[in-house]
Amino acid sequence: MSWFKRDKQGILTSTEEKLEVPDGVWWQCSSCKKTIPTSDLTDNRYVCPNCNYHARINSVEYFDIIYDEGTVKKLFEDLEPRDFLGFNDLKSYKDRLVDTKKKVNVTEALTVGSGKVNGHKLITCCMNFNFIGGSMGSVVGERISKAIDHCVEKKYPLLIISKSGGARMMESAFSLMQMAKTSAKLTQLAAAKLPYISLMTDPTTGGVTASYAMLGDMNIAEPKALIGFAGPRVIKETIGKDLPKGFQRSEFVMEHGFLDFIVDRKDLKSRLTDIVELLMNKSEK
Amino acid sequence: MNDDLRFAVFNGGLLHSTKQTEMIYLDFEKPIEELYEQLEKLKKIGESGKVDVDSALTELEEKISEVKKSIYGSLTGWQRVQLSRHPERPYTLFYISKLCNRFLELHGDRNFGDDKAMVGGLGEIDGKPVMFIGQQKGENTKQRQYRNFGMANPEGYRKALRLMKMAEKFNIPIVSLIDTPGAYPGLEAEERGQGEAIAKNLMEMTTLKVPVICIIIGEGASGGALGIGIGDKVLMLENTWYSVISPESCSSILWHSWDFKEQAAEELKLTPEHMKQFKLIDGIIREPIGGAHNNPDEMAMILKKEIKKHIAELENLKSEERIEMRIEKFSSMGVFND
Repeated sequence: MSWFKRDKQGILTSTEEKLEVPDGVWWQCSSCKKTIPTSDLTDNRYVCPNCNYHARINSVEYFDIIYDEGTVKKLFEDLEPRDFLGFNDLKSYKDRLVDTKKKVNVTEALTVGSGKVNGHKLITCCMNFNFIGGSMGSVVGERISKAIDHCVEKKYPLLIISKSGGARMMESAFSLMQMAKTSAKLTQLAAAKLPYISLMTDPTTGGVTASYAMLGDMNIAEPKALIGFAGPRVIKETIGKDLPKGFQRSEFVMEHGFLDFIVDRKDLKSRLTDIVELLMNKSEK
Repeated sequence: MNDDLRFAVFNGGLLHSTKQTEMIYLDFEKPIEELYEQLEKLKKIGESGKVDVDSALTELEEKISEVKKSIYGSLTGWQRVQLSRHPERPYTLFYISKLCNRFLELHGDRNFGDDKAMVGGLGEIDGKPVMFIGQQKGENTKQRQYRNFGMANPEGYRKALRLMKMAEKFNIPIVSLIDTPGAYPGLEAEERGQGEAIAKNLMEMTTLKVPVICIIIGEGASGGALGIGIGDKVLMLENTWYSVISPESCSSILWHSWDFKEQAAEELKLTPEHMKQFKLIDGIIREPIGGAHNNPDEMAMILKKEIKKHIAELENLKSEERIEMRIEKFSSMGVFND
């Protein structure tokens, strides 16, 4: 016997009596499950005020966080992806590109920004996870390549914010070679003795980890970001065991010696300022 | 070098088994297998001496040659993948033993251990020192496990880099023989920084002062292959593949099923011809008909000729020129609208 019985069937609230809650007014943290007003989240740089979970954001939000107001300009936006191979899986790559562009506010999985951070010039290549899983294809590689040329020419430091599932399968070996291309270009930045800061955010995996993400003069990460070469599912299948708690998270990666430090989003701008001032000897005397 | 020493440096699964076992035919090679069976039968009839089979034999042999040409002349992407994984295919240490009049296998990354899936050492081709690195697969179940199926751990990539830096110091050209289903996706591999190890190799190989020749001799799977794949010349043997992901994994991710590997292999355009057409590699090295395993010695001789030719060409350039060309080559890879 049930403890209580519903004696009136169906929903009895009339449409007029229902409270209107537009989409996006509330946000539920995927980590602590607490629901808070979305404005509280945006005011806190998209970090959960309750548990410090760093929500996934893209170049638009990162540029707002790190650059001085009104200083940022996007570069190389005219470079666009192309379905050169005519790749078809369950959907054609061509359609995938068209559909993705309709849905998102960015033109590729990486946006280049040029602006000032507390008065210091900084070029930022920021990955966009909402563009085909932040996958690295030819345009991502070329934008990084052009950004590096720009840095070398103008003597600016470079920041790459990684957030990616890895190389883009639909561009096959062209995607793979973006690992070689970006690493080759980074040797030129290094030869010019310009700082390269790699910020890894949730998630940074696959070919991105195995190329530019791990090649920073300083490798830093946001808290609890998934960082690895192979994805956790693949590793689990390979070893046939459950993975330890915290495996491949920033704290784990730092403990194993591959990160210089972990930075909270609220401190990001000031840490970047520290790095640029110290490495480029720019602090006010 | 005396024979004992020579044996000492050549052991550890180096020598390819020379005993002739029965040929292993792949599914698409069935018509050839059937024709060979007919040939055997016909020979037996001939041996009995009752019937003259000479003209029939010649006819059949011609037919075999024709069928071989048509099958091997129009291999699909997936069939290339199958050939690249043929259980009798020669591996890195076999080629080294055939190419070199002497070879010192060198072990360890000086940090963690010695990766058995990544081998390397100092060899000599016709009197000229060459540093070899490459993934090594095993020839039987036990060896395959010992070699971790040619899937290197971070210490493998770091060992390869150590040897390359040594080669640079002593001005010795580098030959990298690539054959891997991928870098090992294991728990400890992640702890020891698989991503960092590969990334570092990509950057360091870009600026090596000595000639670097990379040859895909079997499977060229993704970052695991690229991790020893940055060179002045990147070449592929005829029946190999190079891709961002294996056809099986691609099928599982994009089609949500393991059953589309053939289609994935086509879509990925992973054959040497595609790679050359896209200018992502510098050349293709032909194999004996039916694949390298049909005549490993001939394959080794072809390889030796190619390596010697490319080293000679590259040594005509100054190291700065080679590095500049290397950066320029990899920087120009990619297709986009602008």
